[in-house]
Amino acid sequence: MEALQPKIALEGVRKVLGGRAVLDGLDLAVAPGESVVLLGVSGTGKSVLLKHIIGLMRPDEGTVSIDGVDLWSVSDRQRNDLRAKFGMSFQEGALFDSMTVYDNIAFPLRRRTKKTAQEVRARVEECLDIVHLSGVEGKKPAELSGGMRRRVGFARAIALEPEILLFDEPSTGLDPVMSGVIDSTILEMRRRLQPTAVTITHDMQSAAKIGDRLAMLHQGRIVESASPEEFLRSNNPIVRQFVEGRPEGPLTEEAEPRAAQE
Amino acid sequence: MRLFERVGAAILRTCEEIGQFFLLLGRTASWAVRPPYDGGELVRQMVRVGVDSIPVVFLTGLFTGMVISLQTYTGFARFHAESFVGSVVALSVTRELAPVLASLMVTGRVGSSMAAELGSMRVTEQIDALVAFATEPVQYLIVPRVVAAIIMMPLLVLMADAVGIGGGYLVAVNLLGANPVTYVHNSFQFLELNDLVSGVIKASVFGLLLALIGCQKGYFTVGGAEGVGISTTKAVVAGSLAILLADFFLTKVLF
Repeated sequence: MEALQPKIALEGVRKVLGGRAVLDGLDLAVAPGESVVLLGVSGTGKSVLLKHIIGLMRPDEGTVSIDGVDLWSVSDRQRNDLRAKFGMSFQEGALFDSMTVYDNIAFPLRRRTKKTAQEVRARVEECLDIVHLSGVEGKKPAELSGGMRRRVGFARAIALEPEILLFDEPSTGLDPVMSGVIDSTILEMRRRLQPTAVTITHDMQSAAKIGDRLAMLHQGRIVESASPEEFLRSNNPIVRQFVEGRPEGPLTEEAEPRAAQE
Repeated sequence: MRLFERVGAAILRTCEEIGQFFLLLGRTASWAVRPPYDGGELVRQMVRVGVDSIPVVFLTGLFTGMVISLQTYTGFARFHAESFVGSVVALSVTRELAPVLASLMVTGRVGSSMAAELGSMRVTEQIDALVAFATEPVQYLIVPRVVAAIIMMPLLVLMADAVGIGGGYLVAVNLLGANPVTYVHNSFQFLELNDLVSGVIKASVFGLLLALIGCQKGYFTVGGAEGVGISTTKAVVAGSLAILLADFFLTKVLF
């Protein structure tokens, strides 16, 4: 594994937002075909990290490379082409609300492939089938429930069968059955296509299921990164508190002296 | 000190926004010439900017022509120059009033809706989603809107020209009893092709301004629903001001 060039490599990434260093010298390398699950309490910058990986945000310092290419040393156009390797689902769905569900899922297929209308239709139906949504093709996102929108967003992310998948809380707010469906879809895709995946979730159970490696984000850095088994056994007090879901501990303590200083 | 700080901050902010406008203009121009070209979206936007604006521009043109006719007649009657009302209406409508008033109306109608639409897309991460699916938002969202406005504004203004001259005729002849033959003759006697052309050129520039400013305010929206509201207001205020400023300088250059 070590000899391989990482699919995604972040080195010394620092990002200041609203006067706070959300990412503070963060390093992360994801090997091809590896599935990393990002964990961390709300507001630690997990989404910000995901947006750096796909180049939606530019780091103040440090580099982000995809297949060894520094995202921010190439032209707009090349960066755009690099993004074609990605599929991403957003926390709130981020569906195009001027388009129907069908057109939303077809969007990446139409923009990035030369598929015929029939092939697009077949793939869209297949994706909707995967997330157990049929008969909603003609609806606008506004007519769907939050959970349905999230599933459509997931379907749109996997439509292209991309090399790299980024999921921002794909199963939050879904019922347990549907979360299970999302998890097994991710597992199934991994078996079949070996994509590189980075997933944000709060659900320890699903993290252990879909991740080869769990990474804990705390105060702008990855403080622990290990296989699910090791992660759950970790002695790191930050990880312990998170895994056990205790209200007292380093995760909740350290925020306070900071606030007091201000 | 407070006062100076505030004034200074406002000036800096304005400079920033003007700079942002020109940077976005450059990006829009460079993405406009690159494939893929999305004809369907362009046509949709042309319908929204152009066809859907016909009623409001029609009424603007009609009443502008009518009121100019009425006002000029009252004034010119004082020194017995009623026969020149037609010329005044034709010249002022084609050179100035139709382009400016139609553009201001379209700014309120279309510039604001562009800002609101792009603004909501920004705050709901739809613009991020476009980028994530390897689609340049400037090319996908801004180029068709701006190009549609550049194409459709001149057509709207030509219609407003015709309707305005017609409205002036209606008032002068039917309401004030001017001689129809003299009126028509005088309307077109002093009207030159250049008057129409300069109005059309103005209209294109105003179209560019109102659409690009609407898109700019929307595209760079921050801060949720409130931010979208602010962007929409800014789009109308900045768009209208830009049109009025540009009008002066274009008039200076074009004649």
